[in-house]
Amino acid sequence: MSNRTKPALQWPDAIYTQFRRVGIRQVGYVPDAGHSRLIELCVKDPNIHDVVLTTEEEGVALAAGAVLGGHRAALLIQSSGVGNCINMFSLLKNCGFPCLVLVTMRGEFVEFNPWQVAMGSITEASLKLCGFLTYRVEAPDDVDEIVGGGCDMAFNGDLLVAILLSQRLIGRKIWNK
Amino acid sequence: MLDRREFVRELLVDRNDLVVVSGLGSPTYDVAACGDHPLNFYLWGAMGGAAMIGLGLALAQPARRVLVLTGDGEALMGLGSIATIGVKRPGNLVIVVLDNQHYGETGMQPSHTRAGIDLVAVARACRFSDALYVSEIGAVGRVRDLVHNGRGPILVQARISNKPAPRVLPIRDGHAIKLRFMEALSANLA
Repeated sequence: MSNRTKPALQWPDAIYTQFRRVGIRQVGYVPDAGHSRLIELCVKDPNIHDVVLTTEEEGVALAAGAVLGGHRAALLIQSSGVGNCINMFSLLKNCGFPCLVLVTMRGEFVEFNPWQVAMGSITEASLKLCGFLTYRVEAPDDVDEIVGGGCDMAFNGDLLVAILLSQRLIGRKIWNK
Repeated sequence: MLDRREFVRELLVDRNDLVVVSGLGSPTYDVAACGDHPLNFYLWGAMGGAAMIGLGLALAQPARRVLVLTGDGEALMGLGSIATIGVKRPGNLVIVVLDNQHYGETGMQPSHTRAGIDLVAVARACRFSDALYVSEIGAVGRVRDLVHNGRGPILVQARISNKPAPRVLPIRDGHAIKLRFMEALSANLA
């Protein structure tokens, strides 16, 4: 978080509290600055299997296996990783697996790196095409309610839910540190 | 070289409550040819995902043995997942790769293993507890013992011939495969 102007301390804790409430037992992630606090919380939790992935689509298959075995799973990925998942998402749709994906957005508000824009600008539309319900979060105060609602939609209804954590929420990436 | 049907049939003898995830294409037909079973999770797609489905299952069901039976092409598409499994090192997960060195479903184009890419060496480099290459049917008893009793994660690269086998098609509705599997798992636990 040291490379962000807003070292967001509150909203990752709100997501983690929701994970605890709904009993998330497996969390697949690709390391990401925006998710770093939440990843730390999950790694420390003995009730959560934290699974660091080499690429995001591994996490999609992990989540399917988790559900088959009776666990609830969540994925923490960056918007660029959504593109890596598209064929594997068909596994979720074909079998009706619930899935909760938290996506930190790049390529939007105050993006420094234009190479992030190509994928970031089609992330939400791609998720919708793959059958996901998508909810955007812009303000820290909305995280708890939207993530909580998303958890319930996914796990009570066997639905695909993606929460997009906007770049405004996460904060500006600083390049000179 | 192994006959794929004979090898898989012998491997799944007395399977009891072994959980099996089969990779798309021929491995799914091979598993189905041994007789349908509710604890089979047949894949008809999701290429590259079989091993990770196995990991999710193995973590969720630590008291149960999980076998991923897949092909060389499917395993190669998810090669990174070997590294991911090597980080978690689940003791109850075994991956058996049926290696005919070709993409059988798409016209027998040679795969990377044909060129000598060594999946056993990959698994060893990725901290698997054990990894071995088998090519004779006499080894199947040892592999079966590893599947049921070995300390995972284990990868077995089973060199099979290209002899075509009749297609045996199991159920294809993903919802049905999932629900049946989950029901059998919970009934089995009770």
